[in-house]
Amino acid sequence: MDFRLSKEHQLLQEMYRKFAENEVKPLAEEVDEEERVPYETVEKLKRYGMLGIPFPKEYGGQGGDVLAYVMCVEEMAKVCGTTSVIISAHTSLCATPIYEFGTEEQKQKYLVPLAKGEKIGAFGLTEPGAGTDAAGQQTKAVLEGDHYVLNGSKIFITNAGFADIFIIFAMTDKSKGTRGISAFIVEKDFPGFSVGKHEKKMGIKGSSTCELIMENCIVPKENLLGQEGKGFGIAMKTLDGGRIGIASQALGIGEGALDETIKYVKERKQFGKRISQFQNTQFEIASMKADLDAAQLLVYRAACAKQNKEPYGHMAAMAKLFAANTASDVTRRCVQLHGGYGYTREYPIERMMRDAKITEIYEGTSEVQKMVIASYLKVN
Amino acid sequence: MKIVVCVKQVPDTTEVKLDPVTNTLIRDGVPSIINPDDKAGIEAALQLKEKLNDGSTVTIVSMGPPQADVALREALAMGADEAYLLSDRAFGGSDTFATSTIIAAGLKKIGFDLVITGRQAIDGDTAQVGPQIAEHLGIPQVSYAEDVQIENGDTVVVKRQFEDRYHILEMKLPCLLTALAELAEPRYMSVGGCFDAYREKEVKVLGFEDLKDMFNPEHIGLKGSPTNVFKSFTKQAKGAGTVYKDISAEDAVATIVAKLEERHII
Amino acid sequence: MSKDVFVLMEQRDGELQKVGIELLGEATKLAKDLDEKVVAVLLGSGIKEKAQTCIAYGADKVIIVDDPELKEYLTEPYALALTQIIKEEEPEILLYGASSIGRDLAPRVSARVHTGLTADCTGLSIAEDTKLLMMTRPAFGGNIMATILCKNHRPQMATVRPGVMKALERDNTRTGEVVEKTVDFSKDTHGVKIREVIKEGKKAVDITEAKYLVSGGRGIGSPEFFGTLQELADVLGGEISSSRANVDAGWIDRSRQVGQTGKTVRPDLYIACGISGAIQHVAGMEGSEYIIAINKNDTAPIFDVADLGVVGDVKVIVPKLTEAIKKVKEAKAAQ
Repeated sequence: MDFRLSKEHQLLQEMYRKFAENEVKPLAEEVDEEERVPYETVEKLKRYGMLGIPFPKEYGGQGGDVLAYVMCVEEMAKVCGTTSVIISAHTSLCATPIYEFGTEEQKQKYLVPLAKGEKIGAFGLTEPGAGTDAAGQQTKAVLEGDHYVLNGSKIFITNAGFADIFIIFAMTDKSKGTRGISAFIVEKDFPGFSVGKHEKKMGIKGSSTCELIMENCIVPKENLLGQEGKGFGIAMKTLDGGRIGIASQALGIGEGALDETIKYVKERKQFGKRISQFQNTQFEIASMKADLDAAQLLVYRAACAKQNKEPYGHMAAMAKLFAANTASDVTRRCVQLHGGYGYTREYPIERMMRDAKITEIYEGTSEVQKMVIASYLKVN
Repeated sequence: MKIVVCVKQVPDTTEVKLDPVTNTLIRDGVPSIINPDDKAGIEAALQLKEKLNDGSTVTIVSMGPPQADVALREALAMGADEAYLLSDRAFGGSDTFATSTIIAAGLKKIGFDLVITGRQAIDGDTAQVGPQIAEHLGIPQVSYAEDVQIENGDTVVVKRQFEDRYHILEMKLPCLLTALAELAEPRYMSVGGCFDAYREKEVKVLGFEDLKDMFNPEHIGLKGSPTNVFKSFTKQAKGAGTVYKDISAEDAVATIVAKLEERHII
Repeated sequence: MSKDVFVLMEQRDGELQKVGIELLGEATKLAKDLDEKVVAVLLGSGIKEKAQTCIAYGADKVIIVDDPELKEYLTEPYALALTQIIKEEEPEILLYGASSIGRDLAPRVSARVHTGLTADCTGLSIAEDTKLLMMTRPAFGGNIMATILCKNHRPQMATVRPGVMKALERDNTRTGEVVEKTVDFSKDTHGVKIREVIKEGKKAVDITEAKYLVSGGRGIGSPEFFGTLQELADVLGGEISSSRANVDAGWIDRSRQVGQTGKTVRPDLYIACGISGAIQHVAGMEGSEYIIAINKNDTAPIFDVADLGVVGDVKVIVPKLTEAIKKVKEAKAAQ
């Protein structure tokens, strides 16, 4: 066992940190305040290959690995929760299933522009009546000659407002339950496809979260991803991977909050002392650091397991459960250490607390993660 | 065209702090970086290569200890084609004259058309090595380059910044220019570049034995350095004056005005 | 046998630059300790009449190369001329201004004549025993000072930043020798051509010349606040300057940056507003005659070098100070 990063990963980490500090951090407050997508950042992410990190070069990717990808999400999340989820949803939820389940033609047509960052990806599984219970899909797909006709709607879809390519799940055979679900690659310009209402959220406010509407949406037959009826498995495997991305987002948010807090407690004085001199502060900081490092180990372990093609679903679930919980806990405690200032928007810490909460909810709530872990342990 | 950029790995002097008790430098934990002006030089070289798009290459050369490898990897990750580290115990203790002698020897060995160095390094601030390399190589130099263009494949047009004016200069290859930070805003390493820097590319090390025919061995290292450090010391902090802490803005203003009057400034 | 303290007199468009005059003052001290002479080297075109000025500021002898080839600065013609003078005259010491010209020319010449060169010296003196030139300069971003020697090569060469040395009072009664030399510029094989000389429309403000400086740091909060600082500078009859952070942020022109990577200033009054006092900044302003620091943070290192420090908000204090000074000035004018 060797817990040191390779030289490549150390170099990457340095690059991510500089990029985050100089390009992402300065926009974070504005993006949150104005609830806008940082398009200028997306352009830069594309330029430096951060939208195609774990994919082979022949598919337009950077020839990196899963660890390199989660480290990117982590470093961006330290300074901006919004930016990190744009990368995560695009990479984990759209490009990855095409890479893992797509045909060669589909990879050439869709993965290449996604990995190059020329196209942005999104993932549509959740419906008004199918959240945690993803099997309750109402969207229907009917094969008519050389194309499928999709009808239904999706909600809370990350990146929806500006994505070009969507992975959409729909029932091709309702009688078969989860075995009747299929996955499709849908382009935003397909007839009958539209983006609906934009959600107003508590945190990650710059990320575009919208409804998707399919009204007699025509999807060519060759855009079926995987086999008909295998969609649920694709969705679950995709979410297994996505969870590592969200876990690293949670980790990053917590680490970012701790960085800000360490800076603050060294400056702020009360009772004639820097508040860093109080033992309560020291103990709080120390215990948060220990939790965050534990979270990081879980996240990196899951990433390496996925890279090595080992069973990793339970590791991803543990990483997300623990990292998300830690992020919420740490950001809340960091606000407390900031006192009244922490509650104001003058400091980034309240934003981090708002951003952290979603990591306990999306891509499987913490309760779902516990179900996955319990099931792995065959406790049922 | 073979563009060679000379870079130096330096401690990030903006991160250096003085120990308030011992008044000595705290060097621990100070990150090492590519000297900022040199990095602008790398960017300028990469832009020239991309613009020329004629098979031109960018080579990075650094003299330093084995740890300078990482600075060269960073340059490779930004997109440079190859990198050389001139490293040998015999090179240690070199002043600017000896350093430029060694780098010039390395350049003769490696080959070059256009040489770019940074204006100056933030740890030494001498701005000497670039012009000295040019002299050792017998090629023209232009320091303080703010813009560079290549015309007709062999004519270099440089905009040089002085305190009160610019010169637009032209010259034929080979030549050397020293880059100001304004020359080009350095790009970041790319993700794929970081992997390539270790997996696809290599840093070649050249030592004394590789270069000994290219320089006079009497002119390098500590012994070959015309200058040497007689002593170094931390600056005596100036005696602190009066600091008013709990003072209203009005009183502060009155105090300042009184001092300015006392000193006949107003 | 090498002898005498030489100073390269920098000129632009035939006008002597301040740094050369300052160096003559310093050279006079060094020459006295060596019991030798001060020699000014004047390279340019149509610059002969400036010889007398050099003498008035301390030169015992002036060596002139007056040639159209030297009209606008180019490395190789200047290097040829200076190398020839070094070979013929064998100076013990040769000083240059650490201007962009001096810093381009001096290293080129040092490599050609094979001697040492110490950059950006802030202190020069002659060792009592060895009679060597002790060249002291900041290193490591201004964090430490180093004294450099050049024992076995001549001339001992140094560049010195503008504003560091003090010029002598001009004395038109002084006399000295003037020698003219010719140089064969056909030896210049570099083929560097000047296509164009672009002079800045308005002469860039030289903060090193300002008597009073009002300087803004990160603590001023916005680029607009430089306007408020300008008002204070205006009532004082001074200029505004800045720490590096604001320059990097694009709030103010780089020509106004004080510090290790900017300019060294020694005004009569330096008001540091919202400047924390990083060592790189302090290196460029600690020679100021009187330093006032205004900063919110009472532990800011700027207070360690300030003669008068006020812990408080610059945004509140500066406008009030401007008003107060105005009132005092008006009251005095009315008297």
